[in-house]
Amino acid sequence: MIMDSKKRMIDVQDVYFKYPHNNENESVVALDGVSLHIEKGEFVGIIGHNGSGKSTLSKLLNAIIFPTQGDVIVSGLNTKDHESLWTIRQTAGMVFQNPDNQLVATIVEEDVAFGPENLGVPPQEIRERVDRALAVVEMQAYAHQKPHQLSGGQKQRIAIAGILAMEPECIIFDEPTAMLDPSGRREVMETIKRLNRDKEMTVIHITHFMEEIVDADRIIVLDKGKVVMEGEPRTIFKQVKRLKEIGLDVPQMTELAYELRSAGLEIADDVLSIEEMVDVLCQ
Amino acid sequence: MSVEIKNLSHTYSEGSPFEFKALKDINLTIEDGSFIGIIGHTGSGKSTLIQHLNGLLTPTSGTVLVDGKDIFETKKTELIQLRHQIGLVFQYPEHQLFEETVQKDVAFGPRNQGLTEDEIDQRVRQSIKMVGLDFDAIKDKSPFELSGGQMRRVAIAGVLAMEPAVLILDEPTAGLDPRGREEILAQIKSLHRQKQITVILVSHSMEDIGKMVDKILVMNEGEVVFYDTPNRVFTEISTLERIGLAVPEVTYLMRRLKDKYPEIREDIFTVEAAKKEILKVIRG
Repeated sequence: MIMDSKKRMIDVQDVYFKYPHNNENESVVALDGVSLHIEKGEFVGIIGHNGSGKSTLSKLLNAIIFPTQGDVIVSGLNTKDHESLWTIRQTAGMVFQNPDNQLVATIVEEDVAFGPENLGVPPQEIRERVDRALAVVEMQAYAHQKPHQLSGGQKQRIAIAGILAMEPECIIFDEPTAMLDPSGRREVMETIKRLNRDKEMTVIHITHFMEEIVDADRIIVLDKGKVVMEGEPRTIFKQVKRLKEIGLDVPQMTELAYELRSAGLEIADDVLSIEEMVDVLCQ
Repeated sequence: MSVEIKNLSHTYSEGSPFEFKALKDINLTIEDGSFIGIIGHTGSGKSTLIQHLNGLLTPTSGTVLVDGKDIFETKKTELIQLRHQIGLVFQYPEHQLFEETVQKDVAFGPRNQGLTEDEIDQRVRQSIKMVGLDFDAIKDKSPFELSGGQMRRVAIAGVLAMEPAVLILDEPTAGLDPRGREEILAQIKSLHRQKQITVILVSHSMEDIGKMVDKILVMNEGEVVFYDTPNRVFTEISTLERIGLAVPEVTYLMRRLKDKYPEIREDIFTVEAAKKEILKVIRG
């Protein structure tokens, strides 16, 4: 047990969350008894259709909102404990969909410094943290630029650097690529994967793009406020029919493999990438 | 309604240190009733281009002809009439909802067109139905208590209620979940078929574009790179990649399969087409 709690980044224990409904006495149940855990260093993808409870969950992890019932434990701290609020928000950083809503300063490096400044980090250390964070997202060359002159992908990498400068243990990405073009999406996904692989950052990635999480360690599927599936990408995505029933998609290659199987071709049902499909069809 | 773009250039902040040439001598014709997709990375000029089509931006040089009529030469009153015929759905259009009820919000456009109450009512009912929502169930709700996908549809209905002859949509599926994407695209497609209006769809999703359009306009640095059928455009993989774009995953797959199956077609960009082609070459 002691070993476990040391490795555990996030523990969500039987959490319910209800939003009050306007003008009526009923409330909307956004999370309906969710239990899950995220280990340190893991890359976990979370999928579910709009209204499945994904964003509610991410706000609970970051202590922006609090469970109606149940507990959310982040690095051993309960989000209900108001004393721990700032430590939790610093431990679990968050990157949102729209880069324009997340950048606050007029110069890139000042924007990245905003977080640690608010934490009261000494100036010399802020300098070091900003340089380090910009290096991780490969944006050092843009330190003195104006954020509005950057592309969407670059802006999103600056938003990530701003979170990194607060030295979190875990970053929650809430559809960070939804507004980006294909090259911006690629840049941001490479940055996220590198953070997880090289910096051992715990990553929780919420997305509607299934291709982005084919190399995740684990995928959690939410539907109507409940965890309905959980497992490795390969075992999740091969359940094509079930995912489609709950309004989700599968990676294009998995869908193609499924279609080819349905047409009678004897090939594996857990193909995730172009590479694997080439192997399967050319063996 | 056809749209002809002639020698169109647009420079932002001309003569200042921030001068930026967003469009450089664009020439193309969008035929009446066609379905066009526009792709290009952020900053390639897509949004600047579509804002010229209904006169929101004025060209630095060149012009736009709608049904042969120069929209920048017409009188202001005529331009307003013309704008009503060219519906523009911006990115994240749900941010522009403002009325107390869905019905009032959708009625805003036709009311400004000076229609009678009966006509307005009919248009509102029709356009809400067209975007796949239940008029009676939704009409008295506040737009702000709807889900993201529903809000998006109400916003699109607001533009449809003006019965445009040309419908321009700037990334209508951004931020929606897979089912929401499918539904909106299916509705746009059936709208195009039923009403035979001209549709211009700006999208970052090559898969969506490949499934929907007759012709793709590829933009880069304010210029037209390609304006051709999906079959022709998606086989230009190296050019598309050089300008920061990509082709659908199945298109990459077909190219890779060529080593083993030299006869396989490369102009494939939907899962459905890939399935047929693969079965064909494997089964001989």
